[in-house]
Amino acid sequence: MKKFFSGCYVALVLLFMYLPIFVLIAFSFNEGRGRVWSGFSFKWYGELFQDKAILGALGNTLIIAFIASLFATILGTAAAIGIHNMRKNTRSLVKNVNSLPLISPEIVMGISLMILFSSLHITRGFFTMIIAHITFCVPAVVLSVLPKLGQINRHIYEAALDLGCNEVQAFFKVILPEIMPGVISGFLMALTYSIDDFVISYFTSGPSSQTLPLIIYTITKKPMTPKLNALSTLMFVVVLVILFVSNMNGDGASCKKSKKKAKKA
Amino acid sequence: MENSVIVKLEDIVVVYDDEMVLKKINLDIKDKEFITLLGPSGCGKTTTLRIIGGFAKPTSGNVFFDGKLINDIPPYKRHVNTVFQKYALFPHLNVFENIAFGLKLKKTPEKEIRNRVHEMLELVNLEGYASRNVDLLSGGQQQRVAIARALINKPRMLLLDEPLGALDLQLRKEMQIELKKIQQQTGITFIYVTHDQEEALSMSDRVVVMNGGVINQIGSPEDIYNEPENAFVAKFIGESNIIDGIMHEDYLVEFAGQKFVCVDKGFAKMEPIEVVIRPEDIRITEPGDDTIDGTVENVVFKGVHFEISVASYGKTWLIHSTQYTAPGTFVGLTFTPNDIHIMHKSNTKNVMKSLVDEGEENEQ
Repeated sequence: MKKFFSGCYVALVLLFMYLPIFVLIAFSFNEGRGRVWSGFSFKWYGELFQDKAILGALGNTLIIAFIASLFATILGTAAAIGIHNMRKNTRSLVKNVNSLPLISPEIVMGISLMILFSSLHITRGFFTMIIAHITFCVPAVVLSVLPKLGQINRHIYEAALDLGCNEVQAFFKVILPEIMPGVISGFLMALTYSIDDFVISYFTSGPSSQTLPLIIYTITKKPMTPKLNALSTLMFVVVLVILFVSNMNGDGASCKKSKKKAKKA
Repeated sequence: MENSVIVKLEDIVVVYDDEMVLKKINLDIKDKEFITLLGPSGCGKTTTLRIIGGFAKPTSGNVFFDGKLINDIPPYKRHVNTVFQKYALFPHLNVFENIAFGLKLKKTPEKEIRNRVHEMLELVNLEGYASRNVDLLSGGQQQRVAIARALINKPRMLLLDEPLGALDLQLRKEMQIELKKIQQQTGITFIYVTHDQEEALSMSDRVVVMNGGVINQIGSPEDIYNEPENAFVAKFIGESNIIDGIMHEDYLVEFAGQKFVCVDKGFAKMEPIEVVIRPEDIRITEPGDDTIDGTVENVVFKGVHFEISVASYGKTWLIHSTQYTAPGTFVGLTFTPNDIHIMHKSNTKNVMKSLVDEGEENEQ
C-alpha cells in the first residue's frame, strides 16, 4: 500500500513537470491554429522550415554553440588539469570561483558582459556572442572533467614519462584517453547550455547574431503561431538526445568493462 | 661486489614545504646489484628513488649516472625505468599495448615489438595474456605487466617502489623469489624500496637502512642483522634486546649488573655503550652465577617458536625458543660472547629522537 502511494506521488510530480511539454508536443501536430484539436498534421513543421528568419537563427545557434563549446572544452580541460594539480587550499578556492558563474544570476553575467563589450567599443554580434557563450560554458566543462582526473592513478603520468614520453606526449597518449569521457560530456553539456541560453545572449547579441531563443522571444510578442510549438518540440528533442548521449558516455567506460567481463565469463 | 658505481648520490638534500625530507644523503649504487632502501614510512626512501628516477629534484646536492651529472635530465631521457606503487598501468591499453608502450615511442619496427613483448610475457609468466584488459587482471598479474613494461626498454637500472605492498603474503613470497630470479637473469641493477625488513633481508645484495631522512647503515643483509650500527637499526631489523652497558676494556663488557666476555674491541675504557642481543640467541637454563636470572612473565606461541618474556630486575628480556617454559618459572638466561653486539652510544643520539616519535621507549 505504501509502495502504491509513493508510486502515485512520483507519477504526480513527473506529470506536473512534463505535462506542459507533452501538451506542447501534441499541439505541434495539430491541424488547426487554435487550442482545439482538429486533426493530426505536419503542417506547422512544414511552415517552420520555410521561415527564413527561423532557419537563419537556427544556423546562428548551431554555429555559435559549436564554436563556443569547442573553445570552452579546450580551455575547460586545460583549466581542470591546472586546478587538479593545485595545492589543496588553492584548489578548493579556485573550484568555488569556477562554479560562481553557474550559480550567480544569469542577468548579472549578461549585463556585465554587455557593459564590458560596450566599454571596449566592441560591436555586439557573432564575436561577442561567442565570447559570452565560452565564458559560461567553461565552468561546465571544468566540472565534468575534474572528477575524471580524480579517478586517474596519479602515477600514470609519471609512468608515461618514465617510458619515454615527453610532457606533451604523456598528456595526449595517457592522460587525455583517460579523461576523454569527461571531456566529451563536458562538450555536450556546453552545447546544451549554449543552444538554450537566452538571458546572456539577449544582452550580448547584435542584429546579425539572432539565435533561436531570441527569435522565439521576438515572435511571441506578435500573435502566437503554432510554428513555435513545432520549433520548441524540435529543440526539446535535440537537447534530450544530447543529454542522453552525454549520460551514456559518462557511464560508457564502466559499461564497456562490464561487457568485456560478460564476454570472458 | 667489484662492479663499478652506476649511480652516485652526493649530499642530496630535499626540502618540501619547509620540511627536510632528505638530509645530506650520500650513496653509491653499483652496477648489477640488488640494493634495497629500507625504512619506516616517511624516512625518505621513496623520495630517494624519485630523485634517481627524475621525478623529484634535489634542493641541493648532485646525482651522477655513469659519472655524468643528471640533476636536470628529465625522466624520459634517463636509462632508468620504474615499477610504481600500485603499478600505474594504462587502463585504456591492453596487456600487449602496455608492455609495448616504450618501444612504440622509440618507433621500433612492428615485428621486433611483437617478438620482444612475447619474450617479456614469457619472462614474467604471462604467456597468453597479451590481449587481456589490464583492469581485469589480479594484483599479482598487474604487477608482472608493470615489470615487463619497464624491463622491455632494457634499462640500466630498474627502480621498484614497494612493488609487492598490495599483494597477500603467499603471493608476496612467490614474487620475491621471482624478482630475484629476474634480476639475476637480466643483470639489471635493481633499486628496491620497502618497509618490510624480511623482504629486504631475503632479496638484497645490500641493504640501506634509512630513518628520518638520513642513512643509518649500509651493508649486506647479514651485516645489518648481525652488526646493527645503532639502536634504530637493531630495532627495525627484527626484534632485539637493547641494554645499556659499560665497556670495561677490550673483550669485557658489563651490563645487567654482570660482566661478560665479548668479541668487541676498540672502545674507550669505561665507555657507556649499548648492547644488542637477538631473542633467538638467548638460551633458557637453570639460574646460576654466570646467568641473568628472572621470572617468566609471558609465553606466546608463534608457530615456529615460543616468544617468552622474562623479567629480571626491572628489565624485560625477549627470548625466542622452541622449548616451552611455563609462566612463573624462575630461570637463568645465557648466551655466548659471539651473540653480544656492542654499539657506540653516540651513534644513537639522532636516532633516539625518531624512536621517541614512534612511541617507543627512550633508552637514554
